[in-house]
Amino acid sequence: MIALVDYGAGNLTSVRKALAALGAEVKTPLRPSELDEAEGVIVPGVGNFSRTAALNDEWRNAIIGAIERGRPLLGICVGLQWLFEGSSEAPGYQGLSLMSGQCALLKPEWPNKVPHVGWNELEFPRASRLFEGVRDRSQVYFTHSYAAPVTDDTVAVTTHVVPFASAVERGHVYGVQFHPEKSGDVGLRVLKNFLNAV
Amino acid sequence: MLSKRIIACLDVRNGQVVKGVNFEGLRNAGDPAELAERYNQEGIDEVVILDVTATIEGRRALAATVSAVAKRIFIPLTVGGGIRSEDDAAAAIDAGAEKVSLNTAALTDPPLITRLASRYGSQAAIVAIDAKWVDGKALVYVRSGQSGTEREAVEWAKEAADRGAGEILLTSIDRDGTKKGFDCELTAAVSRAVPIPVIASGGAGSLEHFTEVFIDGCADAALAASIFHFSEHAVRDLKEMLRDRGIPVRL
Repeated sequence: MIALVDYGAGNLTSVRKALAALGAEVKTPLRPSELDEAEGVIVPGVGNFSRTAALNDEWRNAIIGAIERGRPLLGICVGLQWLFEGSSEAPGYQGLSLMSGQCALLKPEWPNKVPHVGWNELEFPRASRLFEGVRDRSQVYFTHSYAAPVTDDTVAVTTHVVPFASAVERGHVYGVQFHPEKSGDVGLRVLKNFLNAV
Repeated sequence: MLSKRIIACLDVRNGQVVKGVNFEGLRNAGDPAELAERYNQEGIDEVVILDVTATIEGRRALAATVSAVAKRIFIPLTVGGGIRSEDDAAAAIDAGAEKVSLNTAALTDPPLITRLASRYGSQAAIVAIDAKWVDGKALVYVRSGQSGTEREAVEWAKEAADRGAGEILLTSIDRDGTKKGFDCELTAAVSRAVPIPVIASGGAGSLEHFTEVFIDGCADAALAASIFHFSEHAVRDLKEMLRDRGIPVRL
């Protein structure tokens, strides 16, 4: 069972539908303790970073507990950003700090608009489990204004004015800034790769 | 590099696509889910379902349509037409739409933009602006283009962005249905005035019109309906042509 964590940051229907199409059994835990039974955890999220405050200490401990038990975790969009220390979108709100660095606003620079909305390319600095079978420069769907820095954990880089981490991977902790549930066949492949890791 | 998006619009009434198509291999040319899947296979970047129903029954059918489409295609899906309240938006989003497009309601109740943006994120709130040139000014029209207002399109687009809209869907009433090409002057004026993406709509009659709206109109995306019905490979042909013109697309 995959636990899809709903903390009120946007709509999970699309993620649910994509996982259902891949045959995954998905549950939205109502209490942190329900993560004990999860074989994998997905932390989605759209909207403001401050929404992650709903993931209080109890939820954080349950999520960290799942990771420590070797359960794969996938953060999507704000869910990826939450793996870092924080974001200038909501100073004072702590991320999970599994990865070092702060997320920052992408600055518009004509003709590049912000939010960064649409299909953009993935470049792979190294091989990763998440992108097995995905061609370099494949395009995926983004919609966000803040982005994570490129670090050693980065497994996909995308450029919109500046390069940013479009995917991260450390051990069995994964994150994608794009929306795999809305990225056609490439996105479904990424989700499938995650499910295969579970 | 970020691709320019090509968006197909499906006009839907009572669960059926209004403008019929005759693609080979479609069991029912009026079925939105089948048509959306077809466009998806051809490489369309997004789909907009525009509800042209005015009845309660049609509204209920819409949720079923959105849900059926969202089960078949895993690309962004927008619902527009008749979204008047937070409840209407919630129904569309719960059914599987990522984004809703507000038109008349945004103008009569501008805080609705902010309410939707804070509930679902700005990326879910598109403000649709129908504009028409009157004495040298691009004025905003509402109620499916039937009523004029005093508002200028550029100024309203700026306000909508300030209130939290994530994108502007800009339709030229002058060009809509004419097949004479997009209104590049209008599109460029709005696109340069706002930091958020602008989707151009109205007037697509040839593939070359898309090149114009991306270059001269500074559009971030272009939406059309009937042009994609003309031939079976219109979407792919269009994208290949744009790529050959040096415009970034997803192929």
